[in-house]
Amino acid sequence: MSSRKSKSNNLIQAEYLSQAQRILRERFCHQSPHSNLFGVQVQYKHLIELLKRTAIHGESNSVLIIGPRGSGKTMLINHALKELMEVEEVSENVLQVHLNGLLQINDKIALKEITRQLNLENVVGDKVFGSFAENLSFLLEALKKGDRTSSCPVIFILDEFDLFAHHKNQTLLYNLFDISQSAQTPVAIIGLTCRLSLSEDRNVRDVLQKHFNVSKSLRSLHTLLMLALNRVTPSHPFMTAADLMEANQLCSMDSKANIVHGLSVLEICLIIAMKHLNDIYEEEPFNFQMVYNEFQKFVQRKAHSVYNFEKPVVMKAFEHLQQLELIRPMERTSVNAQREYQLMKLLLDNTQIMNALQKYPNCPTDVRQWATSSLSWL
Amino acid sequence: MPHLENTVLCRESQVSTLQSLFGERHHFSFPSIFIYGHTASGKTYVTQTLLKTLELPHVFVNCVECFTLRLLLEQILNKLNHLSSSEGEYSTQITCETFNDFVRLFKQITKAESLKDQTVYIVLDKAEYLRDMEAYLLPGFLRLQELTDRNVTVIFLSEIVWEKFRPNTGCFEPFVLYFPDYSIGNLQKILSHDHPPEYSADFYAAYINILLGVFYTVCRDLKELRHLAVLNFPKYCEPVVKGEASERDTRKLWRNIEPHLKKAMQTVYLREISSSQWEKLQKDDTDPGQLKGLSAYTHVELPYYSKFILIAAYLASYNPARTDKRFFLKHHGKIKKTNFLKKHEKITSLVTLQLLTLVGHDDQLDGPKYKCTVSLDFIRAIARTVNFDIIKYLYDFL
Repeated sequence: MSSRKSKSNNLIQAEYLSQAQRILRERFCHQSPHSNLFGVQVQYKHLIELLKRTAIHGESNSVLIIGPRGSGKTMLINHALKELMEVEEVSENVLQVHLNGLLQINDKIALKEITRQLNLENVVGDKVFGSFAENLSFLLEALKKGDRTSSCPVIFILDEFDLFAHHKNQTLLYNLFDISQSAQTPVAIIGLTCRLSLSEDRNVRDVLQKHFNVSKSLRSLHTLLMLALNRVTPSHPFMTAADLMEANQLCSMDSKANIVHGLSVLEICLIIAMKHLNDIYEEEPFNFQMVYNEFQKFVQRKAHSVYNFEKPVVMKAFEHLQQLELIRPMERTSVNAQREYQLMKLLLDNTQIMNALQKYPNCPTDVRQWATSSLSWL
Repeated sequence: MPHLENTVLCRESQVSTLQSLFGERHHFSFPSIFIYGHTASGKTYVTQTLLKTLELPHVFVNCVECFTLRLLLEQILNKLNHLSSSEGEYSTQITCETFNDFVRLFKQITKAESLKDQTVYIVLDKAEYLRDMEAYLLPGFLRLQELTDRNVTVIFLSEIVWEKFRPNTGCFEPFVLYFPDYSIGNLQKILSHDHPPEYSADFYAAYINILLGVFYTVCRDLKELRHLAVLNFPKYCEPVVKGEASERDTRKLWRNIEPHLKKAMQTVYLREISSSQWEKLQKDDTDPGQLKGLSAYTHVELPYYSKFILIAAYLASYNPARTDKRFFLKHHGKIKKTNFLKKHEKITSLVTLQLLTLVGHDDQLDGPKYKCTVSLDFIRAIARTVNFDIIKYLYDFL
């Protein structure tokens, strides 16, 4: 084969690879909808039917879609809307309003956004005129004017629904649901949330998380595949097992252990001193002076004079640990207490410390021995 | 990329991971990337250098500088606007008060010819400060790609681990990338890289070796080590400059510099004297033994009554108010005797020495309030010089 032909083959191969990368990246990163809906067919059927009832038959409806992060809620509704808009009669009549609790953080902003998206008469370009009360009454008027037979149905999609429920007096939600109950413009209100109840019930949330464990790891699967995909280049066109293994390693790092890996020897000594204090005093909070005293017990043994640093130098190391959030003050710094006597807590447990020490590069033997000894006077 | 290899040392693996994450210009990248690692591990430097070298459209913002919502959002929009507009075209300052407006304006700006069809990168440095801002900001940025429906990737740089960022109700998980700390070999290589041209690389490398020998057990921060290297190099070269030693007399050079570096650890490393003061001291050739950092002062020559004022201030600062009666009936007499004017002068001089500090506003109607800021060791030393057993009067030692 001539070199020119093989060169053009390489170019074509690179082009194909680029296309493949583009499509896969769209799927992993941009969550582009594709035709298959796994595991949510029942929910999908239910949703699309409901939307059709609003869009075509003028019936008002409301739905709350609940599921943990990454379980496919947004994908579900986007898919349903896409299919809905393919019906000719619908695409010309139905209006959509997309809201997100992270963006419209209070009812005033939400109202303006609805007005803007519906392009009501008090909108010029991007600017919405009027006060909150004026906007609300204008919107309600516009929606009330209609009835089932003659006006355009409006579909409201409220992402991060739980955040809207926290707005003052829940004015927006109250009014939207009120309209959906009365015989006015047909509206469909679709809420999406990852909170089971709109209260902080940790136990319920944990149960839900456990139940949805399989779906939850779909996102981390995407991350893993993305990492492996990164290694595919024209010179390395096929993903190998080694790529996946390396990607897995990168995914499952213990981040705190990584931070401990980069500490200086003095900082490691302080952590070991804190570990000993925790062992002796059963996790009671400590302050710098106590840690320093414990450290001095180690330093004063004959061979350890190399660690005999001035107290302010040790204090600087202690403050670095605080900056890295490996130790935390028990309460906010009060004006009265001096820094050396402020009570702190260590945010690493013994297993983490010992594992980190194993991996610590060039750990001096005496330091390592001090860590493992349970009696500090030995 | 040969050009990059020379400017970015010891970070080849991170550069290649980032490059492959970015992918081709018009492809989508992961919506949010979280890069963590120790300070001075190259996160900011590598990200900035890579984005500049690859000429990818990006905006760099520091969350310490932009500490309010408005500052942050406006800076991003204005910098982006600047990117998208052509040379010489004057663009009006954009104002933005809410995150909702930000998303809307962002969508508009990224429609520009020069920005569409490419991934736009927003880099948020010192991202840990985002946690102290409005609660919806962090989850919002993590999902910016979805919220704006544009090809944008947000990169977070921080020295705090991701687990401490995650909100209680969950969020879109970013791609987490770790920048490992430099090994001692890496540090040696990077520090030796900025040797001044007048001296040989070996000469400088030997100096760096000594510097690391003194400081490595205490500090691994590249920025600090670099600063110390620059500050102390003239002293290292002194014997060579004066003709007392040749470049190869390692023992002599070591004997000259080692005590000097140890002194630096107690003073300029702790920021107890400024770098310019340190440099001045080197020039004046003062004996470093005479120099003491402020906290190394075990006693200060204070007049007799000033010492008592200081002791009283310490007791007042750290004993709870209700115990005062118990301790102070005897001493009241001593303090009352001194002239009021003299007392005020003495207090002002203690404030100048930074042994007392003013607490609260200076326009307080009922007189200024002070607090004693010395450590226990210091006040004990002072108390000893006037034969006053301060421990007996301290509440915490009862």
